[in-house]
Amino acid sequence: MILEPNLTGVPVPQPTPLSKPYWDGCAIGELRYQRCTDCGAASFGPAHACHRCRGRSLEWTAGTGRGAVYSWTIVGRPPLAAFVAPYAPCIVRLDEGYDMVSALVGIDPAELERIGDGLRVQVEFHPVADSITLPFFAPADRR
Amino acid sequence: MPRTPPPYRDVVIAGVYNTEQARRLPGRTVGDLCTEAVLGACADAGVAPAEIDGVVGMQVGELIYELGLGPAMRLNSSLGIPAVLHAAQAIAAGQASVVAVTAAGAELLSTDGSAAVWTRPPNELTAPYGLFTAAEMALMARRHMLDFGTTPEQLATVAATIRNNGHANPAAVYYDRGPFTTADIRASRLVADPFHLLDCATTSEGGTALLLAHADRVADLAAAPAYIHGGASDAHGPAYTQAPSFDRTHRDGYPAGYVGRRAAEICFGQSGLGPDDVDVCEFYDPFSFEIIRQFEAYGFCPDGEGGPFVESGAIGPGGRYPVTTDGGTMSFSHAGISAQMLQRVVRGVEQVRGTCPSMQVDGAEIAMCSNGGSGALFTDVMLVGSERP
Repeated sequence: MILEPNLTGVPVPQPTPLSKPYWDGCAIGELRYQRCTDCGAASFGPAHACHRCRGRSLEWTAGTGRGAVYSWTIVGRPPLAAFVAPYAPCIVRLDEGYDMVSALVGIDPAELERIGDGLRVQVEFHPVADSITLPFFAPADRR
Repeated sequence: MPRTPPPYRDVVIAGVYNTEQARRLPGRTVGDLCTEAVLGACADAGVAPAEIDGVVGMQVGELIYELGLGPAMRLNSSLGIPAVLHAAQAIAAGQASVVAVTAAGAELLSTDGSAAVWTRPPNELTAPYGLFTAAEMALMARRHMLDFGTTPEQLATVAATIRNNGHANPAAVYYDRGPFTTADIRASRLVADPFHLLDCATTSEGGTALLLAHADRVADLAAAPAYIHGGASDAHGPAYTQAPSFDRTHRDGYPAGYVGRRAAEICFGQSGLGPDDVDVCEFYDPFSFEIIRQFEAYGFCPDGEGGPFVESGAIGPGGRYPVTTDGGTMSFSHAGISAQMLQRVVRGVEQVRGTCPSMQVDGAEIAMCSNGGSGALFTDVMLVGSERP
């Protein structure tokens, strides 16, 4: 079996003033993050200050959407009925130098178990509501 | 070298009390359970409830009003070990002299097939992907397994040990429901790999309380006193909203996967103690892996060696560091967001008093208690002892 995104009935993000640029980016197929214009550090999730230099000059930037799997789990018992198991929450370490939570799709769970560590992945976007699109990640070599 | 004087030497844990704990307690409420627990802790201590001049935890305003304690200090934001430490700090600073710390959970169990509500906090960056507490901790555990070769059998060893402690504890919600082998743990249904059902905390209902007093009251107490030899808290960020990356840090040697390490160093330093001085480890057990990483974080074994450490026999009955001897959240009780954290301290007090009805560690003088979890990005630690520091 190949992991598919859970898109129906899942909790829909409610963008805040802080996170709106991120969700606006997803809606047009851009995976955005914040870059510090003082020290250059990448930040995610949406933050009020740079975690490295503590400056307030964060700027939203579109990234490549490419990265490597840092960790993952195969869920067998979902917390809500809307989620169909198995699915694979993960942490992706983006090439721009930040980590984010997402879910892996387009791969068999058994294969993920074998090759998951450091697996190169690429973002793909799937709408879950009228105004919200979620980024998921699939193996980069199969797109 | 210990701090001079140790910060909590003028404080005594005078009384402790657990209400009945059960999967459900029909008809009971948080207020009812906290009230029973506070009065029970007073009775255990031999201190009149009217002497309470501070309440910390849940239901604090209600307790002050209904028990006629006003004017009294109230701190209603603290949960678990920080609540005990804030009570102790208030006594040490002269803000109050007899402080009750309480929490309870009731009317909690969901009936629609979804996981307990506090295990699936809403967040725009994590909830849409079906994350919940088990998955958050699993992301930490997976990285540790990849980096150090930690095995599912080692995780199952922790779960079987703690669940068997609960199996032997007449007060545990899951009393007499074992014994469990590691094969039983691994054969239970998958929740979030590497965690199977029996690697995870349960959910239940119940209440608990501790009564703290100035140490000048020790001669009047009905129960053997217990003392606070140290306590501290660590966080790496908000729980369940950011990526729980094991290696995230802004200080060398303190990755998020070892959250609690800095706190443990502070805690040990407050009384000049170290892991060798600890007789029993009343560690918080939301998921089996969390015990393994705590032994590494607190310096009981080198980084990466927590798996072999738990398989060595050290954590079982009669071992050098018996762990979570009442059955913890896996078997004793897990009543919401705070009571089960306070219950780690309650059990530590019972151990150093020598009064545990099951799994009493012979001659235990120092218990290390903890709260939190790596996937939640926080850990609190505390040392409880039978002698005044």
